[in-house]
Amino acid sequence: MQLTVNIVVLASIYALIACGYVLIYRVSRVLNLAHGELMMLGAYLLLATANSFSGNPAVAIAVAVALSLTVGVMVYVFLMRKMTGEMVLAAVLTTVALGILLRGVMVLIWSAQQQYPGQALGFSNPAIALPGGGRISTFAAILVLMTALTYAALFVFLRFGTWGVRMRAAGQNPLLAAQRGINLHAVYALAWGLSTLTGSIAGMLIALDSGLTNTMVIIGLKAFPAALVGGLDSLVGALAGALIIAAAEVLSIQYIDPLLSDVVPFLVLIAMLVVRPWGLFGTREELDRV
Amino acid sequence: MSDRMPRASGYFRTGYAQEMALTKTRLERVSLGAFVIALLVYPHLASPFYLDLASQVFLASIGALSLMLLTGYAGQVSLGHAGLLAAGAFTAGILSKELAAPIYVTIPAAAVTGAVLGVIFGLPSLRLRGLYLAVSTLALHFVVVYLGGEYETKRGFSTGITIDTPVIFGFRLYGGKIWYFILLAFAAATLLICVNLLRSRSGRAWRAIQAHETVAEALGISVAGYKLLAFVISSAIAAVAGALFAYYRSFVSVEAFSLFLSIQYVAMIIIGGMGSLLGALLGALFVTLFPYLIEAVLLKLPDAQSYAGVLFAVNYAAFGVVMILFLVFEPQGLVGIWRRIQSYFLLWPFKHKPVAGARK
Repeated sequence: MQLTVNIVVLASIYALIACGYVLIYRVSRVLNLAHGELMMLGAYLLLATANSFSGNPAVAIAVAVALSLTVGVMVYVFLMRKMTGEMVLAAVLTTVALGILLRGVMVLIWSAQQQYPGQALGFSNPAIALPGGGRISTFAAILVLMTALTYAALFVFLRFGTWGVRMRAAGQNPLLAAQRGINLHAVYALAWGLSTLTGSIAGMLIALDSGLTNTMVIIGLKAFPAALVGGLDSLVGALAGALIIAAAEVLSIQYIDPLLSDVVPFLVLIAMLVVRPWGLFGTREELDRV
Repeated sequence: MSDRMPRASGYFRTGYAQEMALTKTRLERVSLGAFVIALLVYPHLASPFYLDLASQVFLASIGALSLMLLTGYAGQVSLGHAGLLAAGAFTAGILSKELAAPIYVTIPAAAVTGAVLGVIFGLPSLRLRGLYLAVSTLALHFVVVYLGGEYETKRGFSTGITIDTPVIFGFRLYGGKIWYFILLAFAAATLLICVNLLRSRSGRAWRAIQAHETVAEALGISVAGYKLLAFVISSAIAAVAGALFAYYRSFVSVEAFSLFLSIQYVAMIIIGGMGSLLGALLGALFVTLFPYLIEAVLLKLPDAQSYAGVLFAVNYAAFGVVMILFLVFEPQGLVGIWRRIQSYFLLWPFKHKPVAGARK
């Protein structure tokens, strides 16, 4: 039972992070390898707001969430916009460089020590006993709920929202979308903003649950196989991929070797790339565009 | 390599010997000679610190050249170069630790390990392109590093493997000067191998594959074969670089081969300039010296001691900024800047090159 709980919690973490990869890739075909850092930045923003609004947790969280959305939009406006039209790979490497930059800046501002934004906000994190004998910490439970909520919201938004439809159109065919009067830059900026927002929510909840150090980047990087296994342009795929990766990771830690935890997601990724490079639910795309 | 260099009056060959020669003009020969002499004299003048810097540049050059071969010429992106270096370093470390193998066995063994890994790294490239290939090499990097870490913990070298000073025929390879020359020799040999590979059949095949795979296949180039060849050669060289690194530091540990190292190597070829061996060398020089430069600048600032703890973070941030600046504003890299300076003087007093193929 505890094993199932662990798998579900880890899968929700990965799913919540992976949808950020999917959003950006689906709309602009750029793989954002700085997503782990952006997610960590969201968590540190919460730490910063927690210290300035310590009496008022709700305000602190709202401000941090709003800030993370702004950061995502700014990353697009000031950096990635310059890379549109360049080789896709140059754009990806730019995100890698952005990640390094962010990592350095975050250590400079907040140091590399373990921090607890939960304490700063005055939250406690009691474990909840589940029927069937499993236990789950409060924030892990919130995280699972949040993931479900985020995915539901994204589905509704992409299917029925005006901007959601615009995002899908821009992802399908940027040229036609632009000719229909869709502002591509606004759509891309929105995708970056939403992606950073969801990633930051994941980062904040992980930080509230288990503290915050700069090793959080690794979680972000491990969520990336989840996005790819499911198919980089499919949100359903990200859910399925997250479940597969989380199950593989938890089970191999339990039954084989704890050291495997950092490598199992990538082993699954390699296996998937060999069998079905476009992922479980992804569209089979022509990778080589002439 | 020098074919693309602008010559004010053009350079016309009159015999096959000239076509085969590595240096084309007297200026090139003289400057090459001066450069070689400078490299040979340098260790006798430099302090141990600067000697170590130069040796690090040579090591980085070997790795950067091999990555340039793969990415800059054959067009196969690899984000797992540190994994290959790690494989070479661990091959050397394990063989010398477990079997007490001498250096002239371990280095070829590292090359063989690298070549085998090259096939493994290269196999996805037969099916995947671009982004997905980069991702698969990234994943393989983690697998290799995991295996290294697993070996360390299982054998009880949890902090790393120490390697004894290598001995060749009773001669101990110890000291900065000796290693300076060893690494210089390896770097020069790597450069020569790369130059010659690139101006022969394989180099032309790689460029064709980079330009357009389908067309390359239609021209009769075995795309799969040459892609694998590029991976094998590049990985073998990288593994040798890793083994040399292990001997130079007399210490191997997985911590040295993080993802950041892979990114540093990619940064070298971007900052240096894609598709140019000179670029790989310049990039290796720049990326290796950059942290020391930052350190020197920081220590010049007032109350320098307070920065000492955050030095690595400043390095990270500055490195990210430089990489972004090059990617956004100078995609041609340092070589692009160099070429622009060259053509400025060659074309002076005019501003622009004549359009290729324009009627006179």
